[in-house]
Amino acid sequence: MQACHLAADDLACRRGDRLLFRGLSLRLSPGQALHVAGANGIGKSSLIRILAGLARPYSGTVDRSGAAGLVDDRPALDPHLPLGRALGFWQRIDGPADNAAARLGLNHLLDVPVRYLSTGQKKRAALARLIGQSAPVWLLDEPLNGLDSDAARLTEQLAAEHCAGGGICVIASHQAFTLPGMDRLALSAFAP
Amino acid sequence: MMGKLAALLRRDLGLLLLGGRRGGTVLPLLFFLSVAMLFPFAIGPDAALLARTGGGVIWVAALLAAILPLDRLIEPDMELGFFDQWALRGVAEEWTVAVRMVAHWLSFGPPLMLATLPAAALLGLDGTALRLVELGLLAGTPGLAALGVTVAALTAGLRGGAALAGLLVIPLAVPLLIFGAGSLATGGEGGLALTGAVSLVLLAIAPCAAGAAIRAERG
Repeated sequence: MQACHLAADDLACRRGDRLLFRGLSLRLSPGQALHVAGANGIGKSSLIRILAGLARPYSGTVDRSGAAGLVDDRPALDPHLPLGRALGFWQRIDGPADNAAARLGLNHLLDVPVRYLSTGQKKRAALARLIGQSAPVWLLDEPLNGLDSDAARLTEQLAAEHCAGGGICVIASHQAFTLPGMDRLALSAFAP
Repeated sequence: MMGKLAALLRRDLGLLLLGGRRGGTVLPLLFFLSVAMLFPFAIGPDAALLARTGGGVIWVAALLAAILPLDRLIEPDMELGFFDQWALRGVAEEWTVAVRMVAHWLSFGPPLMLATLPAAALLGLDGTALRLVELGLLAGTPGLAALGVTVAALTAGLRGGAALAGLLVIPLAVPLLIFGAGSLATGGEGGLALTGAVSLVLLAIAPCAAGAAIRAERG
């Protein structure tokens, strides 16, 4: 795992003319995990996208070293392709990922077109893509949505292994997420 | 980086070429041929008139056919989250849209030039005019592809984006039409050279404009 760190300084985020949060600072070093908690619409997804560098904060700065991997509600897999080939596209970009699909229990689905997969199966596929990317910083936006309890435990285990291997994990979720040594950030504390 | 771009091009071609899921080739081609077929019906069997106007008709049909696939060029990948994932992997939007332009041109430029052969026969164009139309399309369709991808990126995610895309492409494509179809009237190489020049300008601007549009829509 390449060296990584993630820091944010005095972030503020605005959607339209509404200020979602302000004065948010965080600092994560290798092996650390952070659970961003809060009600719907409080800005969890916006924070994840700002940390990923996909959205610009209204003010403040983000300093990240190490590639970021993102899992959100869009799996970025071609709906008409069989799952194996849809994941194969990402393997051509990220490099081969031998047992990611098997780990997530997707092996019997590799011939099924992505559009026939259930929400939870698509989420597993997105996690397989994330593992294949081998990015040191994981940004997970509601990773447990649509997953059954077994898959949810597996996701928690994957995140724990990722952190144990020196990675950083930021999880935005309104659900409970069990991860040893994880910090909790309640976004409501930064609401204006 | 080259490996990533090759993977992107392979996927884009699979989506856009004949039989691909985004139907970039068949529908515009049929549309183009039906315009060429309808025109003689509308103005009657006057061979001289058809031959004189035929080249211009082919150009207008080609321009309108280029509008058809626009709403499938950028928007689906944006909704599926592909552009975000590419950005996270350090592939800038400028590159992804440049690759998309290549794939888009391959999926509609050469097929259109092939379809021009039967269209020219329907309109009774002679050999010289056919040659000028084909060369003009060769010079002009890359510009049309660049313009198409740019406008598709600008209108992705907007309500009624498809119709708006058509309205935006038409005025911007007018220079291509004037020089491309104009080369038929003057019979000269000057028109072709200017068509190529307009194409090159569009090709140079398009990746930056389309890339900026995609970043801006991300918000």
